[in-house]
Amino acid sequence: MIFTSQARPGISRRRVASVLKPEALTGYFLISPAVFLMLVLLAYPFILAVYISLSDRILGEPGKFIWFKNFLKLLQDTFFIQTVWNSFIYTISTVFLKLLFGLALALLLNQEFRYRNLVRGALLLPWIVPTSLSVLTWLWMFDSLFSVVNYILLGLGLISKKIPWLGDPFWAMISVIIVNTWRGLPFFAVSILAGLMTIPRELYEAAGVDGAKEFRKLWHITLPLLQPVIAVVVLFSTIWTFADFQIVYILTHGGPLNATQIFATMAYDVALVAGRIGEGSAISLFLFPALLIVVIFMLRYLRQE
Amino acid sequence: MNLKKKRTLKRIFGLYLPLAAFLFFALFPFYWMLISSFKSNPELYNLKANRLWIKSPTLEQFQELFRRTAILQWLGNSFFVSFLASLISMTMGIMAGYALARLKFPGAQAFGMATFITYLVPTTLIFIPLASVVQSLGLTNSIWALVATYPTFLIPFSTWMLIAYFKSIPKDMEECAMIDGCSRIGAMVRIVLPVAIPGIVFSAMFSFTLSWNEFVYALTFISSTTQKTMSVAVPTELIRGDAYFWGELMAASLLGSVPVALLYSFFMDYFVSGLTAGALKG
Repeated sequence: MIFTSQARPGISRRRVASVLKPEALTGYFLISPAVFLMLVLLAYPFILAVYISLSDRILGEPGKFIWFKNFLKLLQDTFFIQTVWNSFIYTISTVFLKLLFGLALALLLNQEFRYRNLVRGALLLPWIVPTSLSVLTWLWMFDSLFSVVNYILLGLGLISKKIPWLGDPFWAMISVIIVNTWRGLPFFAVSILAGLMTIPRELYEAAGVDGAKEFRKLWHITLPLLQPVIAVVVLFSTIWTFADFQIVYILTHGGPLNATQIFATMAYDVALVAGRIGEGSAISLFLFPALLIVVIFMLRYLRQE
Repeated sequence: MNLKKKRTLKRIFGLYLPLAAFLFFALFPFYWMLISSFKSNPELYNLKANRLWIKSPTLEQFQELFRRTAILQWLGNSFFVSFLASLISMTMGIMAGYALARLKFPGAQAFGMATFITYLVPTTLIFIPLASVVQSLGLTNSIWALVATYPTFLIPFSTWMLIAYFKSIPKDMEECAMIDGCSRIGAMVRIVLPVAIPGIVFSAMFSFTLSWNEFVYALTFISSTTQKTMSVAVPTELIRGDAYFWGELMAASLLGSVPVALLYSFFMDYFVSGLTAGALKG
């Protein structure tokens, strides 16, 4: 401050001065370990990913630079086109289901009842427990011979013959969608619940005095005020679901007949199982535009706030 | 009378029934995991019995698991990796979070943005090149690969949680301490950290859970049986070819789930408030 008030130092000198202030030096000291780690294990691998995706590298051999051939090849590959479709179906349907049921669950949990905290805690479990282990349980629940889901549905008379959960392309997609919804629902419910709790009660009371019915209150008060929370939750979940790996890897391994193959599982198979690292990296990088769109949305949104 | 009846009906159909349906959906897999792991094999695979209940509970599956596999080692590995990765991330996250919350310096905003964006970078975007970075660091097939890489997704998260937390603490106390001759870092360690303990506990716990549950990196970087963590060891080591030992698989899944479920039940209130604060803050 003292320095800058003197006879107009240039911008660069002012900058240098502010960088050299003790406060700034302390700041750089404090962030340096985090910055170093992120550069080495996040930024560098990302640049490397771009570089590898432009080469025909296979496991154990460096490969040579082939520009965009991997990407062009993928765009003509029917398996990859199917993966793109699957990823969109998987993401759009699960985010929609999680939002719909998450909203319903949050509205339920926002009411007063006994053991509310206990119920809320229990409902969070699917989100807290290691996904790979809970998905194993689902794998067992969908077993072709011993499926307990079929056992219950048959017992209740809801179906007349066993559903081939993981053995049929259509039902396999339904299965991974169910499991993803199961795992992600708590995150939606709890976040939306937090948003609900910030809405002042007076608004509802005033609407009640004016004779508004429950549904109109929901439509005209609750949903508009929840919009910011919903936007954040949907964007986060879209990214996570688009890049999801574990559920599909353990439940169906992309099958049957590639019916549930999504970006991350295909990238893993191509790069680390088949050994075509260049092509696998290219598949992974298709996640990047999705990430970019979400980040741009987020930044614009945060700026508005 | 009629009004009261109407209210009860509304309560049942508008609250209890739908809530029960959600609870059933959320908890049935855990119930199934639990009863499957306490059944003997003949009972487990008996299609004629009542499958939703246990007739004769047994510890067979657990005994077999401990006898036949390295489950204790895997549990130990999970604890080791999660503890160290969380410790590293919390240290770096506290430092960076404090700097961003309190200090003004050129580039602070850019760094804040960068951590926010990295919070959103999925591990599946960079796991392939990261495998070759891990290899050139000589860490392939070692749990140290996980200790080194997990902080990349833990630091952005804990930094953001802690910025919000540090900002909610009034500046006066630190300023007094600094006037009394305490350095900036001294004030941070002695004055701010003790007040911030709830936020730190929450971040540490969540970091531990994220590390414990991580799958993609652990699957990619580690292939030797003795170095695996629970989340990867159970699905890869207990399934051999087409042979699924469901009793043991469920027993192992239970053992891998209980630590985080316990941890989280102890700190449930921190958890819900922290989680929602994080979600709202965006």
